[in-house]
Amino acid sequence: MKNPDKFEQQTSGAYRLVLIIIALVVIILLGGIYLYNDPDLSYFKNSGQDSELVEAAGDMDEYNKVENGLHVRTGLIDAPGLMATVNNCTTCHSAKLVIQNRMSKERWISTIRWMQKTQNLWDLGDNEEVIVNYLVTNYPPKKKGRREVLTNIEWYELKK
Amino acid sequence: MKRRFFVKKAALSAMAGIIGADIVFGATMPEGYQPLALQDSDPFKLFHKDTEMVVLNDKPWNMEAQAHLLDDKVTPNEYIFIRNNGLIPEKVDEKNWTLTIDGESVKQQKKYTLAELKSKFKQHTYQLTLECGGNGRSEFDPPAKGNQWTIGAVYCANWTGVRLRDVLEDAGIKSDAVYIGYHAADMHLSRDPNKEPISRGAPMAKALQDETILAFQMNGNDIPLAHGFPLRLVAGGWPASVSGKWLQRISIRNKIHDGEKMNGTAYRVPCHPVAAGEEVPESEMCIIESMPVKSLITYPKSGAIIAKGQKLKIRGHAWAGELEVSKMEFSIDFGSTWKECAVEKPVNRLAWQHFSAEVGFPTIGYYEIWARATDSKGVSQPMLLPGWNPKGYLNNACHRIAVKVS
Repeated sequence: MKNPDKFEQQTSGAYRLVLIIIALVVIILLGGIYLYNDPDLSYFKNSGQDSELVEAAGDMDEYNKVENGLHVRTGLIDAPGLMATVNNCTTCHSAKLVIQNRMSKERWISTIRWMQKTQNLWDLGDNEEVIVNYLVTNYPPKKKGRREVLTNIEWYELKK
Repeated sequence: MKRRFFVKKAALSAMAGIIGADIVFGATMPEGYQPLALQDSDPFKLFHKDTEMVVLNDKPWNMEAQAHLLDDKVTPNEYIFIRNNGLIPEKVDEKNWTLTIDGESVKQQKKYTLAELKSKFKQHTYQLTLECGGNGRSEFDPPAKGNQWTIGAVYCANWTGVRLRDVLEDAGIKSDAVYIGYHAADMHLSRDPNKEPISRGAPMAKALQDETILAFQMNGNDIPLAHGFPLRLVAGGWPASVSGKWLQRISIRNKIHDGEKMNGTAYRVPCHPVAAGEEVPESEMCIIESMPVKSLITYPKSGAIIAKGQKLKIRGHAWAGELEVSKMEFSIDFGSTWKECAVEKPVNRLAWQHFSAEVGFPTIGYYEIWARATDSKGVSQPMLLPGWNPKGYLNNACHRIAVKVS
């Protein structure tokens, strides 16, 4: 206990050193894992030269192309909130599951809560309102009554 | 290559977590990552399905038949609906596949290889009706959430395997056994290895029935991968989710099985009837057991135009969960009058039954043929939607086809 300050200094210095080493190891490991999976660094290449940036933007346009009011890749209706919905709602399940369903605002929200509680859906933050508005505007419930009339009948001649 | 994409995404997500960035990389992955070979190819080729099958969902894969595709007495694979809660196992090692019997109420935990199951126990073949609990969901108002099945989530194939009862008894069943629950090799959609996509089961009485089998063949061949290769529990007449695919473990429980999709509102309906759209607390939701009486006109396809004076032959199938269909009727005047028609006995208990009739029409015009089955307890199919329930199960309303006489 002759030099308590110095001892404390030394230990905290050692502690810091250990932390720095751990941080370095983690960074090297992650870098290694990344390089192993993407040796060409292709993920970062898009942000390189200007000419490539233009090309990347072109790819993105193609990737998120909209035709006849529908987002081609997912089939979702092109309307405000589309990309927030695509990015948050089609990672685990298909957009087809969204498109098939018709719900009120309340029930879309309770479906989100259920997915957060049981299906590992993350906190949507400010996007939640955007997504719910998108869903309830574009996929609202439709009245069907107790039995619908037959529609889309494909008529054909039945030979004897 | 595909696998590398997945690892790449996982690595990126891990890094994102550390730098605190958005975890969703969908928008910045122009190549479109495909975590699973099964998630991407042509589903009809991949699963050997007819191209008239309707894809409801591609992640997870869900696909249904149309009425006219189900005309065969024994449904061939190409017309069998696919219903998945999770991701189909990527690799199935048949040689090293085992089934474990465990749980609170097993006398002695036991593990069997497929070869042991096949050689140790007597094999049986039954034709068994499997219908998704949510078949017909698309008709409910207000709509119920989930895959919007119309009428095609039902089929009746031949299943070959050993009786679950024989295997459970070999391991030993304690007197306090209440339920069995299955565990399988499919993966949760979130890819969280600690989550099971589905782990359901049945009360001991159902588990011990002659027709409840551990199947390794469907229609005389290895079970197709999408339908549970190499081992599937098959419990005909109950919601098809009881018939667990890719079976690895069966637990004999001393309480009602509490696996995934046993609790909450999954495969449950209100214990007492409720008004359409009513909020139902989870404590008031009861587990579905036997499926209700139902029928399907499989010939002709809806939309037939026939000449005046021409008689129309119709046919189809009828089934009644745990029960038998005792009467089959059809109507061409929206239920004002009904005509009884012939219905065959089932080839074995829990197999669907076939009906046929010859229909005459009094004048030219637009007609609908409605079919109505009645079970051995005298309960018939309703013409309107049956009782509304929050998850849209058990719609057994009469099937109908459109016909024009000109």
